[in-house]
Amino acid sequence: MIRIGSFIQKNWDWRAASNFMFGGTGSGLLLLLVIATYPKAPPLPVELVALAFVASGLSLVWLEIGRPWRAINVFFHPETSWMTREAFVAGATFVLALAGIVLQMPVLVAASAVGAAGFLYCQGRILKASKGIPAWREPAVVPLIIATGLTEGAAGLLLLMALVGGATPAWLEYVLLGMLAVRVITWSRYRAALVASNAPPAALAALEKISGVTLWLGNVLPAALIALPFVMPNLGSQVALVGGLLALLSGWYMKFTIVTKAAQVQGYSFGKLTKGHPLANKAR
Amino acid sequence: MTRYVMIADLRRCVGCQTCTAACKQTNATPPGVQWRKVLDIELGEYPNVERVFMPVGCQHCEDPPCMHVCPSTATGQREDGIVTIDYDICIGCAYCAVACPYQARYKVDKPSYAYNAGPTQTETKRFDEARLGVAQKCTFCSDRVDSGKAKGLVPGVDPEATPACVNACIADALHFGNLEDMDSNVSKLLTENTYFQMHVELGTKPGFYYLWDKEHV
Repeated sequence: MIRIGSFIQKNWDWRAASNFMFGGTGSGLLLLLVIATYPKAPPLPVELVALAFVASGLSLVWLEIGRPWRAINVFFHPETSWMTREAFVAGATFVLALAGIVLQMPVLVAASAVGAAGFLYCQGRILKASKGIPAWREPAVVPLIIATGLTEGAAGLLLLMALVGGATPAWLEYVLLGMLAVRVITWSRYRAALVASNAPPAALAALEKISGVTLWLGNVLPAALIALPFVMPNLGSQVALVGGLLALLSGWYMKFTIVTKAAQVQGYSFGKLTKGHPLANKAR
Repeated sequence: MTRYVMIADLRRCVGCQTCTAACKQTNATPPGVQWRKVLDIELGEYPNVERVFMPVGCQHCEDPPCMHVCPSTATGQREDGIVTIDYDICIGCAYCAVACPYQARYKVDKPSYAYNAGPTQTETKRFDEARLGVAQKCTFCSDRVDSGKAKGLVPGVDPEATPACVNACIADALHFGNLEDMDSNVSKLLTENTYFQMHVELGTKPGFYYLWDKEHV
């Protein structure tokens, strides 16, 4: 295929990327926090941090839009727009989580976790619906966004529970190890799908450039650091925390790259030649 | 039924950019914004090379991804197929810009002028604050189409009811008309010639046809 005039889009910059970075982490964190603590009320600071992550991502997007004082219009198109759906789900998540805190009803916080899961899914679908950007519209981006959001959430939960002195569930490290493996698989499938769909070479190069770092420093090393205390208990849990931090940061790095560096536009091309009136062809 | 489409005959286009200039003049677009532009494409390998000039812009898709993703409903579609933007509703999120596979959409956040010294008299007179911070693109000169039709004129036939770029074309390469009318100028051209549409594999069903006779896929 001849591709003419593909360049990197500038409409969505680091602020939009931040929504995917922080929103993914916050929603993954809230979901795993509820799973880890329900039916008890989760530690308030951790819950607030999760909500703050989501809020900061949305706030940064708000700073990017051209007419911020019309932001309420984002709610106008739930029929087809994943951005509208994300906004609705985010609103519901905040209302339920804050109501759960104020009314001290863990069931509401648990319901907010469902919203968080929906929010994470919407983020993947927002990218997939961007038909003008081959690296985003690739369907394999959806499982990747979900996988890294859950990985970041598990890593964040590990770090924050240690910070607030909360009891970390015994399964959390295993979940994080599993999510790291899933993230590696979804990442490699995503890149393979982009190659197969003839994505712009510059987009492939941008992803190739970070692949070594994200694989070894972002997934393999964190997995080793998290697993190490299992076989060498005298190492202490701090080693696992370093692993969690690396897993979190690498997820952000990957999403930042996808949104800002691999976002080559479709470009122009010639199409397959056709004969006959289009309506007559359609009727056939 | 009416479905307005545009045709660019790549065998005739000479790349003079008169359509680009006519569009800028008609729609008062700021520097860097080209609702209509013409690509200068070099094809083949030495010594068998050729240049092709390809007019591009909003393709007024039958199934426009920009409209589906728009969270505010600012992007809409008329019954005649023309894809529109309501500047008063648009929030300027640029989701439509990343959803458009034809790079047809622009967003300008601050006023910009052709000369650093400030706006010219024309730029001052035609400045439209409503276009700042929102998405903008080719309208198929829908205002001309509508006012022309109101006078009983036929879009694509009568210049007063026809997009400015088509009127300006010196090579008779650009055409506009109703695809649903089997006797229209565009229907005849598409029946009598081979043509392609861009990025049909993305399911957008573009309303822009390119008359051409060589496979490059």
